Amino acid sequence: MAEIEIKTAPADFRFPTANQTRHCFTRYIEYHKCTAAKGEGSGDCQKFAQYYRSLCPGEWIERWNEQRENGNFPGPL
Amino acid sequence: MIVHEWLFLTIAPCDAAEPWQLGFQDAATPMMQGITDLHHDIFFFLILILVFVLWMLVRALWHFDYKKHPIPQRIVHGTTIEILRTILPSIILMFIAIPSFALLYSMDEVVVDPAITIKAIGHQWYRTYEYSDYNSSDEQSLTFDSYMITEDDLELGQSRLLEVDNRVVLPANTHLRMIVTSADVPHSWAVPSSGVKCHAVPGRSNQTSISVQREGVYYGQCSRFCGTNHASMPIVVEAVSMKDYGSWVQNFE
Ligand SMILES: [Cu+2]
Repeated sequence: MAEIEIKTAPADFRFPTANQTRHCFTRYIEYHKCTAAKGEGSGDCQKFAQYYRSLCPGEWIERWNEQRENGNFPGPL
Repeated sequence: MIVHEWLFLTIAPCDAAEPWQLGFQDAATPMMQGITDLHHDIFFFLILILVFVLWMLVRALWHFDYKKHPIPQRIVHGTTIEILRTILPSIILMFIAIPSFALLYSMDEVVVDPAITIKAIGHQWYRTYEYSDYNSSDEQSLTFDSYMITEDDLELGQSRLLEVDNRVVLPANTHLRMIVTSADVPHSWAVPSSGVKCHAVPGRSNQTSISVQREGVYYGQCSRFCGTNHASMPIVVEAVSMKDYGSWVQNFE
């Protein structure tokens, strides 16, 4: 395996407090808006994917993916 | 028997709670150093006030005696003393408040971009840790559960109710973001020597930043009552060099 890259989601001035719930949710939505606009394979969206994966608990991502498939995702997409 | 006691004390880890411990554990982060310093600062004023109040109290009890003063003085008003006893305590409070707020806000502040995000998820009654910075899909690759080692499985030198099977490995001298949340009831992720106590609330993710200044093993416990086995979900943080952290991540399973 190649050397790992030490890099994570940067501090975001929109979410300056200890509560980062929205930070994770926003990054998740940003990624899916990005792929909707630029297409699934677009490299520009990958950083958002990295951000939300770093910030969101895996269980949340799983649930949201499921909800998107079922069409009952609670956020703006 | 007593020899065993002393032997145990000498091999007990420095960054864990010790029997009959009264003070803080050794600081491993600037945050904990700040907390310890603030505690000592405030204790200076505390001792000052304690001695003064005790002196006043004992003096009053000693002098207000029916034999010495058969007719007591009834002073109900004194402008000078009233001004003094209002202004002096406010000045003392100010001397306590300023360093206290300075510390509080510096703990909240995320000054630099963190290098690594580690997610600590509380469960009844174990912890899950997720390192997702290196994922290339939504599939979790570096995730593990951390269970306490039960009393029967302890090896010599391991601490009861503190040791776990899988430790949180993180690099020293690096700015880290801890994302703390829970999957069931509220828990708390607390490591005293790193000065961190972060509530794990289901449905909410709390962030706290750590920068461990020295390599070592740090012990903490769940600090929010969460049910029967609340005492059996400790936290063990192992701070290693960045090089060792890199190889730990690469060699993970
Ligand atoms: Cu707990």
